[in-house]
Amino acid sequence: MSRSLVIGAVLSAVFVLAALVSFVWTPYDVLGLDIPNKLKEPSAAHWLGTDHFGRDIFSMIMVGARTSIAVAIVAVGIGMLLGVPLGLAAAARTGTLLDEVIMRGNDLVFAFPSLLIAIMITAVFGASAVNAIIAIGIFNIPVFARLVRGAALSLWTRDYVLAARVSGKGAARISLEHILPNVTNLLIVQGTIQFSLGILAEAGLSYVGLGAQPPTPSWGRMLAESQTMFSFKPHLAVFPGLAILLTVLGLNLLGDGLRDALDPRLRRAKR
Amino acid sequence: MTFMKFATASALAMMVAGAAAAKSDITLAMQLEPPHLDPTSAAAGAIDSVLYSNVFEGLTRFASDGSIIPGLAQSWEISDDGLTYTFKLAEGVSFHDGTSMDAEDVKFSLDRARAEDSANAQKALFGSIAEVEAVDASTVKITLSAPNGSLLFNLAWGDAVIVAPESIENIKQAPVGTGAFKFANWVQGDNITLERNPDYWGTPAKLDKVTFKFISDPTAAFAAVMAEDVDVFAGYPAPENVPQFEADARFQVIVGNTEGETILSTNNKMPPFDNVKVRAALAHAIDRQAIVDGAMFGLGTPIGTHFAPHHPDYVDLTAESAYDPEKAKALLAEAGFGDGFTTTLKLPPPSYARRGGEIIAAQLREVGIQTEITNLEWAQWLEEVFKGKDYGLTIVSHTEPMDIGIYARPDYYFQYDDAEFQAMNTALEAEADVAKRSALLDKMQRKIAGDYVNGYLFQLAIPTIAKAGVRGLWENAPTQANDMTGVYWAE
Repeated sequence: MSRSLVIGAVLSAVFVLAALVSFVWTPYDVLGLDIPNKLKEPSAAHWLGTDHFGRDIFSMIMVGARTSIAVAIVAVGIGMLLGVPLGLAAAARTGTLLDEVIMRGNDLVFAFPSLLIAIMITAVFGASAVNAIIAIGIFNIPVFARLVRGAALSLWTRDYVLAARVSGKGAARISLEHILPNVTNLLIVQGTIQFSLGILAEAGLSYVGLGAQPPTPSWGRMLAESQTMFSFKPHLAVFPGLAILLTVLGLNLLGDGLRDALDPRLRRAKR
Repeated sequence: MTFMKFATASALAMMVAGAAAAKSDITLAMQLEPPHLDPTSAAAGAIDSVLYSNVFEGLTRFASDGSIIPGLAQSWEISDDGLTYTFKLAEGVSFHDGTSMDAEDVKFSLDRARAEDSANAQKALFGSIAEVEAVDASTVKITLSAPNGSLLFNLAWGDAVIVAPESIENIKQAPVGTGAFKFANWVQGDNITLERNPDYWGTPAKLDKVTFKFISDPTAAFAAVMAEDVDVFAGYPAPENVPQFEADARFQVIVGNTEGETILSTNNKMPPFDNVKVRAALAHAIDRQAIVDGAMFGLGTPIGTHFAPHHPDYVDLTAESAYDPEKAKALLAEAGFGDGFTTTLKLPPPSYARRGGEIIAAQLREVGIQTEITNLEWAQWLEEVFKGKDYGLTIVSHTEPMDIGIYARPDYYFQYDDAEFQAMNTALEAEADVAKRSALLDKMQRKIAGDYVNGYLFQLAIPTIAKAGVRGLWENAPTQANDMTGVYWAE
């Protein structure tokens, strides 16, 4: 196992764990305000200090992890659920009109900067976590569709696929039974990367006020709210900023590590 | 001869001093940009913030302390029955385009403002006027249909300034007034420049040039002040930074009174808020001091009714809606909402609303009322909440002076329809006697507090951050204005 895989896995696990624990326990209630104790520096009582409403920043980061992870997981899920079948279908019918329609449609979505699509969707349908999920999900679709189509195209020329065709299996069955299992590794790696991008996108959307709405804690909004106070209470911005940085770094390292670990060619090369 | 020498010497001395100070222009930043530049046809306060008293003047005007002083009208006589006001206009006044300002212009302006098809945002100000008559070039007679104790006050508003028929057509882009400054340039989205009017009829302005710069983002505002890109920030949007500016010798911080009653506006027609017990529960669920501390970092005075605390007729009714969550729960149970309910809380951009909204949501949650928070931009807020009345609760500061009369308008967005209050307001409008007006205002304040029409939070205090050398800024804000006519640089 590579070092980046270990570091990435540990960092990612810490935040997933924090998110899971936050369902049952946080040091303080993140919905209750404690205004007399606002803007406290980190201390034994409040490990990461308190924000402008006296809320415990450590607790907010825990619940914020939950918000980020939930948004990113569902968004990546949407991208996979729609993108993978589209990619498989395009590869199965390569060169046909269906392939063209699917891939040019993907190009169209891909042509827009992803955050711009997200801002457009939330601007039209209103700002909420659900709309943020949909927005981030939509720009994940072409990523997975392209990835799967590219990989599937090379698989379709393999002998075992040919054998399956000769035995009379239809394209849909071949895609499911022979193609999909062989692109799973790629999907896991790409999914991890997209997951980290989803967390960044959620933070970006919340930062401009288009993500999860108050009082739901969110890392991006914590950053936005700390902006005018950063000059005299830097801890307000540093901790949510670190949370985003470490999570995204961890997921990227994990993705890289997984790619190295799962790719048979690289594995052989190392031996 | 000796006198001449002395005069020359002192003029020289002044020039030297002037060269040292050198600065005869100023850049004043504010958060909102005006949609256009006609104060007589829009409610947007930003228009007055740029133009009031600088470019446009009325017959009377507000002074910084809120008193009414002569403007274009130098003096006036009121008939014994209180129905006829005869105004003597200042002599030799001309508009910035060179045309003279006379009684005909006054008649034009007031008739235009009170006309049937007028777009004036405060038409009620002119409601009691029956006729405006130009007696001669410098005399205007206003006849009222009923005595009105607040006519001189009403005429001081930015909505009642004097405009000219010759220049009215392009007023929205190129305003032409009589003030000490004339409009020079508007770079939309960035700034508006005014220049000194060399032909001003009254005391000339001390500055040559004033630039109004529009910076809406609080973080950018902080950066602009800190980097000294702007000389003054009027209505500084982030109260949390005020201690930093106070500690910095480069700046002075002016925190004056405003007319901004900040309230938790309640849709009185929308169930369950049509039930007075629910509204009373709301009022008791709110901890005002926590909102002032949490949203405004201590700036602001708690209020218990819709009236400015610095006004002599103010009644402190905060005790009637004191923070008492247990009482709020009991009231909700009495009203049949023992298990609470869910409503909407729509918030415009200012931090008093956004932050105050989060605090109020937490306080209401304590008594079982759940709120769905929606953050709106101003345009959306005006459309959905103010015009559309599609809301349960919202937070906004009502910055017009002496605006308790809005509670007499059943079509106003809080939809409070009470015949008793409307009768009191009619009586107030007709009353000129100071003591009787005070008594009526007392009753009106108690009435809306007792009916818990809205949640009364605090009187907005808006800090102005200025460079240490700036003098002559208004300390208080009796109306939305940045009167630059008396501003100068010390040093």
